[in-house]
Amino acid sequence: MIPATFDYVEAESADAALAALAQHGDEAKLMAGGHSLIPLMRFRLATPGVIVDIGRLSDLSYINDGGDHIAIGALTRHMAVETSDLLTTEVPLLAHVASQVGDPSVRHRGTIGGSIAHGDPASDLPAALLALQGSVVVKGPGGERVIPAGELFTGFLETAVGPDEMITEVRVPKVPGAGWSYQKFNRRAQDWAIVGCAAVANGSTTVSLVNMGPTPILASAVNDALASGADVDAASAVAAQGTEPPEDLNGDVEYRTALAQVLVKRALTEASGG
Amino acid sequence: MTVNGQSRAGDVEPRTLLVHYLRDDLELTGTNIGCDTSSCGACTVHVGGESVKSCTMLAVQARGEDVTTIEGMATNGELHPMQQAFMECHGLQCGYCTPGMIMAATSLLAENPNPTEAEVREGLEGNLCRCTGYHNIVKAVLQAADGGTNGGAS
Amino acid sequence: MTVMGTPRLRKEDPKLLTGEGKYVDDLQVPGQLWMGMVRSPMAHARINGIDTSAAEAADGVHAVYTGAQLNDMGLWAAPLPCAWPVTPDMVNPPHYPAATDEVHHVGEIVAVVLADSRYGAADAAELVDVDYEPLPAVASIEAARDGSATAHSDLESNKAYHWPLIPDPDALEAAFANATHTVKAEFVQQRLIPSAMEPRGVLAIPSPAGGDLTLYSATQVPHILKVMIAATTGLPEGKLRIVAPAVGGGFGAKLNINPDEILAATLANKLSRPVRWTESRSEAAFSTHQGRGQIQTIELAADADGKLLGCRVHLDADMGAYMMLITPGVPLLGSFLYTGVYAVPAFGFTCDGYFTNLTPTDAYRGAGRPEASYAIERAMDLLAGEVGVGPDEIRRRNYLGGGEHFENLETPATLVFDSGNYGPNLDAALEMAGYADLRAEQQARRDAGSSTQLGIGLCTYVEICGLAPSRALGGLNYGAGGWEHAVVRFLPTGKVEVVSGSTPHGQGHETSWSMIVADKLGVDPDDVTVLHSDTAISPLGLDTYGSRSLAVGGVAIAMACDKVIDKAKEIAAHQLEANPDDLEFDAGSFTVKGSPDKTMPIQSVAFGAFTAHDLPDDMEPNLQEQVTFDPPNFAFPFGTHVAVVEVDEETGRVDLIDYIAIDDCGNQVNPLIVEGQVHGGIVQGVAQALWEGAAYDEDGNCKNPSFLDYLVPSPTEVPSMKLGFTTTPSTSNPLGVKGVGEAGTIGSAAAVINAVCDALSPHGIKDLPMPATPAVVWKAIQSSKNGGQS
Repeated sequence: MIPATFDYVEAESADAALAALAQHGDEAKLMAGGHSLIPLMRFRLATPGVIVDIGRLSDLSYINDGGDHIAIGALTRHMAVETSDLLTTEVPLLAHVASQVGDPSVRHRGTIGGSIAHGDPASDLPAALLALQGSVVVKGPGGERVIPAGELFTGFLETAVGPDEMITEVRVPKVPGAGWSYQKFNRRAQDWAIVGCAAVANGSTTVSLVNMGPTPILASAVNDALASGADVDAASAVAAQGTEPPEDLNGDVEYRTALAQVLVKRALTEASGG
Repeated sequence: MTVNGQSRAGDVEPRTLLVHYLRDDLELTGTNIGCDTSSCGACTVHVGGESVKSCTMLAVQARGEDVTTIEGMATNGELHPMQQAFMECHGLQCGYCTPGMIMAATSLLAENPNPTEAEVREGLEGNLCRCTGYHNIVKAVLQAADGGTNGGAS
Repeated sequence: MTVMGTPRLRKEDPKLLTGEGKYVDDLQVPGQLWMGMVRSPMAHARINGIDTSAAEAADGVHAVYTGAQLNDMGLWAAPLPCAWPVTPDMVNPPHYPAATDEVHHVGEIVAVVLADSRYGAADAAELVDVDYEPLPAVASIEAARDGSATAHSDLESNKAYHWPLIPDPDALEAAFANATHTVKAEFVQQRLIPSAMEPRGVLAIPSPAGGDLTLYSATQVPHILKVMIAATTGLPEGKLRIVAPAVGGGFGAKLNINPDEILAATLANKLSRPVRWTESRSEAAFSTHQGRGQIQTIELAADADGKLLGCRVHLDADMGAYMMLITPGVPLLGSFLYTGVYAVPAFGFTCDGYFTNLTPTDAYRGAGRPEASYAIERAMDLLAGEVGVGPDEIRRRNYLGGGEHFENLETPATLVFDSGNYGPNLDAALEMAGYADLRAEQQARRDAGSSTQLGIGLCTYVEICGLAPSRALGGLNYGAGGWEHAVVRFLPTGKVEVVSGSTPHGQGHETSWSMIVADKLGVDPDDVTVLHSDTAISPLGLDTYGSRSLAVGGVAIAMACDKVIDKAKEIAAHQLEANPDDLEFDAGSFTVKGSPDKTMPIQSVAFGAFTAHDLPDDMEPNLQEQVTFDPPNFAFPFGTHVAVVEVDEETGRVDLIDYIAIDDCGNQVNPLIVEGQVHGGIVQGVAQALWEGAAYDEDGNCKNPSFLDYLVPSPTEVPSMKLGFTTTPSTSNPLGVKGVGEAGTIGSAAAVINAVCDALSPHGIKDLPMPATPAVVWKAIQSSKNGGQS
């Protein structure tokens, strides 16, 4: 399986990448590590006319202490997130979730910005961003703006990032002492989750779900129930409320609904130190 | 790019996958292709010393990078300790997944010199083998780690 | 000297470890054209027209041919072969390398483009526009049986054949009439995508001046391929040379005669240019045959003690769209094993083969025998439940030979088992597994109401190896014999060269054959070179499948060594001025009995045979002998496998946490290789039980053709395994060897599903379909909670 032909632009700066996007319009596609895009291109499910390669923007590869949050450059590789001492201390959920992406060779190349920009509902990192109530910094022709995680994922493989914009930074609040859990359920370690669940208990508890709808989603019914004082059993019972789980070889709606309930329960129990 | 210590340059179509550049242009055919979905790891090489699936990288993305393939692992006719361990533990049968396994395993030990069996299995989760049932592959990687070779990833 | 039976590192490894092993796709030749296959996206459709103009106009495209054009070019002398017409009236629709007017499965080739690059061929194939008119698809065995649509428009029925094996129908009826206990079960052997790590590939290089053609193919069967290309294309057999270079696994998937091979050969010959193709992984679900694909019904009759009285089996077998090389025979290979290792007085087997609009089926590791083993070993667990005894006890009560050592025992399925000793083998497995402790742990978890239940599954399998006595194959109407050929020769330097007709693809033949020769001739294994897999070097052979290499090909080598020794003894006697009968041969030297100083190393004899200065009268120069060995009987390896699983009842997840196997493959040549074969085989069978299965929608589309969705297990899904061996030498050959290539696969699927059902038995769950995915297991548990049938 071989990609269709395309023109290749290697961006030397974020501004140059934005200029290339502006110039080529809908034809152009940003590529960071390429680990979301190249597989689609090999099956010709994606046939961009122009690839704007931002993979060499090393100034967008960093993990910095931003005071109340950690700022992670969009081009930071999964392996760097997974092994970051700063994240392991301040936002352990994110480091752990990064270690659950694909396999080590994938994590050496794939980037946090690329993964989140792709917005795959079955992907791990968007769920972490949602549960952490993080945000992304987006740069466009009009300058920078911050999009909260809850407003980022707008449709199947669609995000609030405009076609002429790029994610430059991912921000997650520091939650050093918080309870947390990531429950990923799959049949083979390297695969996407059949269903997954991230939970962060930091005063209030926020739960998100993987592969329970067309986008990465918050487990809103669970979060509401917890806010109203529901216990773990009652909250996990409504895990699938308001979701639109897909059906595939790994499970139908009924099974994914049950899995979501079990995984939310396990996540809440682990996050609450139980 | 530098491949196995040699500087290599050439013009390729932008869509050329790194694995095809290595195999078809540089005739380094030790790196194999086992799938088309980044699943099997037969094409694993080192880029900048880290394991990468060369079927999921464009050759142009490797411009200026330091690439090592299976052909770059043995030195002066001496097998790399990981290759030696695979041989001694019968960690290969048909040999097709082997180059990728060796590259993934050396990268693993570079990051984690003393892995447990479970860590070896997790470290190789992106590499599929159909012959060995992984038993002797895992044994080989543990032996290489025990030998203090630590992978010696380039 | 004894080399055989001791672990020895492989000669093959240094090349493979350093990337120097050359697989087909590694070979580069100037002037080569790449084939790009245009494949049908529909399972069953009429081709109303094909527009190739855009493809023809594309850069770097040399030619585009539709199936109809290829047909008109007169390239075919005969359709693709089926070598095993199992009945005289078997239906066998013509199967050509490319469809002309009707396609019969998704992925069938309808046109081929030839371009000067790999990428150009892929691009051009996308530019061919085909007008299909959909026809009703037969996408399952059930639909084929139903017959309201037919897989081939010109056939009135989907049934391909009916094959019975009922030695004594009256006895079978009586057995069931007299039974205290009966069990009846239906099992589905899902289709499997073989998934050798090296995709198939082919490279045909013509030699225009002489009309010669060399075909490199990722094949297990270069010798059979040579005959069949000649028969299929009319190219003169004497002008064909087939080479199987390094081959990256086969597992049966590389023993066919494929459209791509015929296209490469004929188009290279026609265009006078090298023509090649390499399969992509996702294409392999359509371009390479699949395995299994059966619905099995098995009935057991037993007396009050659970002693078997009779066994009745019916299969409905999915041929797929066409009969490939041995498609119809695969179920028959299992037919003789449905009574397993048990003394069953009465037996009956029938099989109906059906066409579907799916990828053709054919041999996959075990080929018919894993299916048989699965059915009888699952049914024995069901019988144990009926009788109220443990799975170990029900087996013990029924073992052939009373569970003790036997030789040459006739089975109700009309075979003669060479040797067996099942009781001690089971004992060894239970001991290694810590069976009693496992049962105690299981009970403790049940008592505690744990949501993670433990399951323990047994399987005592037997398989048929050493394919095959040629007469037996003739009796089954198979189109070839089962012999193997070997040449052993001393070179003038005293080194030994072996030519074998066996064709390895990962099994380590070079190492094992060297060890046999080393023991026989008293030479260093490193002084032995093994040549194979090239019909110009090894013109006679019947290749590698069915765990036959050692028990047939290896034995041929050992016998050829004996002939070499016999001749060498004549020469040595002549030169030592002694009577041949007075010579002893030991550790590579001939010595006159009682005169230890009158001695001659075989290498010196060999040099003397080469110079031919002083040979006995009428003796031919050189020390070289050949043997074609046709085995008098099959070999029947056996073993006991124990699977230990944890089942998470909340999610349905099954984790294989331990696996114990005690195998008996007779005498061993290289235990290192034996263990490797068992390890890999086990995981393939476990994969059938838990992860793998080609899934199709009702239109015949494969839903999981790639490794993203077709779950070949990774290192994280399986544990390290505990192996042990018993040794019961075969009586079928002088080495006492049996074969081990398929053993693991034949034992493991049943052991795993028995374990999962064992874990879930408190829910009343008696059976689960394969693969037992988390969703499948979870649904079964829910269904039992709701009082439904599992």
